[in-house]
Amino acid sequence: MRSRNALWTLATLLACAVMAWSAPAVAQETAPRSDSATTAELEALYEARTDSARTRFIEADVRFMSDMIHHHAQAVVMGRLAPTHGASPSIQTLAARIINAQEDEIATMERWLEDRGQPVPEVHIEATDPTPHPDQAMHEADHAPDAKPCANHTHMAHADHPADSTHGTDHAMMPGMLTPAQMEELEAAEGAEFDRLFLTYMIQHHAGAVTMVHELFGTDGAAQDPATFKLASDIQVDQRTEIDRMEQMLSAQPGEGGD
Amino acid sequence: MTPVTQPCSGGRPTAARYFSLLLATAVLGTAACASSRASSGVATPGSDVSTSPVGTAASSSDPRVGLAGGLFDAEVAAWNMSLVSTMPPAEGFVGVSNSDLAFTGDYAIQGNYNGLQIWDISNPGRPSLVVAYLCPASQSDVSVYKNLLFVSGEGMGGRLDCGTEGVEEAASHHRLRGIRIFDISDIRNPEYIANVQTCRGSHTHSVLVDPDDDENVYIYVSGSAPVRPAEELPGCSSGLPDEDPNSALFRIEVIKVPLANPEEAAIVSSPRIFQDLEAPPEHGPSPEDIAELERAKARGAFIIQIGGQEEIIPDDDVDMLLGQIVQSRGGSGPPTAADSTRLRQALPQIAAQMAGDTPEDMGPTQCHDITLYPEIGLAGGACGGYGLLIDISDPIHPERVAAVSDSNFSYWHSATFNNDGTKLLFSDEWGGGSQPKCRATDPMEWGADAIFTVEDREMEFQSYYKLPAPQTPEENCVAHNGSMIPIPGRDVMAQAWYQGGISVFDWTDPANPVEIAFYDRGPVDSTKMESGGSWSAYWYNGVIVSSEIARGLDVFELEPSEFLSQNEIDAAKTVTFDYFNTQGQQPFVWPASFALARTYLDQLERSGGLAADRIASAGLALDSAESASGSERQDTLNTLAAGLDGDAPGSSDPEKVRLLVGVVRDLAAS
Repeated sequence: MRSRNALWTLATLLACAVMAWSAPAVAQETAPRSDSATTAELEALYEARTDSARTRFIEADVRFMSDMIHHHAQAVVMGRLAPTHGASPSIQTLAARIINAQEDEIATMERWLEDRGQPVPEVHIEATDPTPHPDQAMHEADHAPDAKPCANHTHMAHADHPADSTHGTDHAMMPGMLTPAQMEELEAAEGAEFDRLFLTYMIQHHAGAVTMVHELFGTDGAAQDPATFKLASDIQVDQRTEIDRMEQMLSAQPGEGGD
Repeated sequence: MTPVTQPCSGGRPTAARYFSLLLATAVLGTAACASSRASSGVATPGSDVSTSPVGTAASSSDPRVGLAGGLFDAEVAAWNMSLVSTMPPAEGFVGVSNSDLAFTGDYAIQGNYNGLQIWDISNPGRPSLVVAYLCPASQSDVSVYKNLLFVSGEGMGGRLDCGTEGVEEAASHHRLRGIRIFDISDIRNPEYIANVQTCRGSHTHSVLVDPDDDENVYIYVSGSAPVRPAEELPGCSSGLPDEDPNSALFRIEVIKVPLANPEEAAIVSSPRIFQDLEAPPEHGPSPEDIAELERAKARGAFIIQIGGQEEIIPDDDVDMLLGQIVQSRGGSGPPTAADSTRLRQALPQIAAQMAGDTPEDMGPTQCHDITLYPEIGLAGGACGGYGLLIDISDPIHPERVAAVSDSNFSYWHSATFNNDGTKLLFSDEWGGGSQPKCRATDPMEWGADAIFTVEDREMEFQSYYKLPAPQTPEENCVAHNGSMIPIPGRDVMAQAWYQGGISVFDWTDPANPVEIAFYDRGPVDSTKMESGGSWSAYWYNGVIVSSEIARGLDVFELEPSEFLSQNEIDAAKTVTFDYFNTQGQQPFVWPASFALARTYLDQLERSGGLAADRIASAGLALDSAESASGSERQDTLNTLAAGLDGDAPGSSDPEKVRLLVGVVRDLAAS
């Protein structure tokens, strides 16, 4: 059950009430298109409409994207360990696909934030700690001078913060994120033990992403723009499906289920 | 649990928001570890993961490479098919995603995230928009049957009243997620007559026309989004089925629509077609586990109950959790007894939350799409991590008869039978259709079609088919919706690949699918990813109609080539339907025609199944018969049939020669 605990109430209370969209995204129109509309007019309409759709978000949407970028980044970091830690071919393939999928989704979420004038968190996926560093925050502020003030008048930690002296812990607290201890454990593992840990922790990690989607959908006003809904829903569906696959792979690991 | 909140300020972000999530994190780790104990005697697709290198079919000489971008003026590459018309979306729909297609009579019905558009395509060279019905709800998957039009709603912003303002509340009685039903007796004035709300909304749906029931149709609803709160739709539950028999997970919805009273449409069953699918048997805790639990309890360890089993939270995680609790109250130093109490109190809640979110070892929770083929009593279910073969002879109680999985498949998305039901093609919508999965670096086995043979209700893998031309990173591209083209004696299909364009391919030989035509535009925007491309490309009564996400409606004709003769195209056009839903396959039946006879002749020529002189003389005989009448025509055809009948035993393809003989005799008798 996902929606009746204090967390959700809290999230609801704190959700930035800025509904940047006030007018319907499209005008009522039921008459056939006039053949007189020129290509230029249609392109202008396309631009206006897609721009307008991008004003249809609330703080919870922004926070979701920002958080999920960090969340995905950890999966990429985990995946990149596979080739150097003696992972089996099937785990290497799985890891390669996770990297491919999550890097693309990170790019999509970065675009989502950029298009909406929101700060885009930087992640360092070369290192095993994908969390941001304090000196980036100013860069981000410069990067998005016209960022919506939304983030400033709520205290929802959605991205990186100049005064976040505990950097690395904020996003690490997202559901499913590996703790530093778990990450170290994975880094130290080799071969079959790496495979087992990788699956175990990636299942944990993916399940956390599913939780984050449920949290978003449980927030008033969230995911109203179909693009936002689709992105979040796809993440939920894909990761659920991958969890199923990894559960099967895990039960097939040597030493598992052999009793 | 009472989370510690802090006032809004520009200062340091509080950890309060993540307080319970943080706890959940550690607990989740425990839950996942628990699952690793599961023993298993089931097939494990993960163990046969292909490690094949990146696809190499990508050829820089392919004309689809390097096309200039543009919304309405992109550069185009076409091969063996031509665009006969392209219509921009209605003004209220420009800039909003077009989605799937259905057809009835002279009309193509095109879904859009903002509603639906109806096009008169009686003149394929100049379609005309007759309805632009504003009624937002992604994805607006559409189907028709007689005077009824069904539309899927899944997104959070869909309203019962078709309003465009969305629905702000997380739980609201204004929200529509499910099936909308319209009466299109007057197709130019659709009348919105009913809704059927479902717990997960309707991502797609399929209309089952039962050959034994002319009073009802059945709608199989697939919904992949999270379950709605019970406050919004009573009875909806995302608990596991063993906790809550009414769980909306692990089932599909079957709606019965009485044709005489469609407003009485309602859910009549929720078949759990995934039951026991690849669920590795779980044993309970071992005696050692139980003893360890007892020892842990005795020393005051933190225990959490997950899925009916008690788990010990590792000390490291407990330390971290307590540390965070201390931090969240602004304290420092070692945790106090109150901190420990707070953690203990939070555990059941977290466990419940986790249980709702991490169904373990249960197989897929939903299908993406189900393609029904009532003629053969089967359906192909593309269901998350599995491809299913489903017996639909009892519409209300479909039963799974076979399942396949494939480690190269990310997400089983849609299914297409060949005409005689001996093959089944599944597509993998890797990346959800928003991502560029056709780059030169993306493996050819990923985001592709997988072709299976179907024999004795078992499926056997044969090959993959993926768009052979690489696309740019600015083009969303992956296998998507397509339909069979009624080329007699061959399995030919048109398929949409989003911004990869349309690919027409022959999978008669299931082990060696071959592309025979394509159409591709450059990206919507060559500087950045903008969603676009063909959502669906379906053959309908002689043309291929494509729903272009950003650009509108496209209509294509096939052109003859070395891979496809004009006669084969003409024969395909002799098959016409009154209506067409791709997810409700209808069999192709070819009436006897000269085009059909020449099609078989062309195919025998291509395969070397008849000697060249016999082909030539048969062709001349067909020509002269066609221009003759009465007994002269009859005699010519009967003589030809007799001659060909004599050729059959010596042919390398006697079956096709006999098909030809049959058509010639039918022509003689007509």
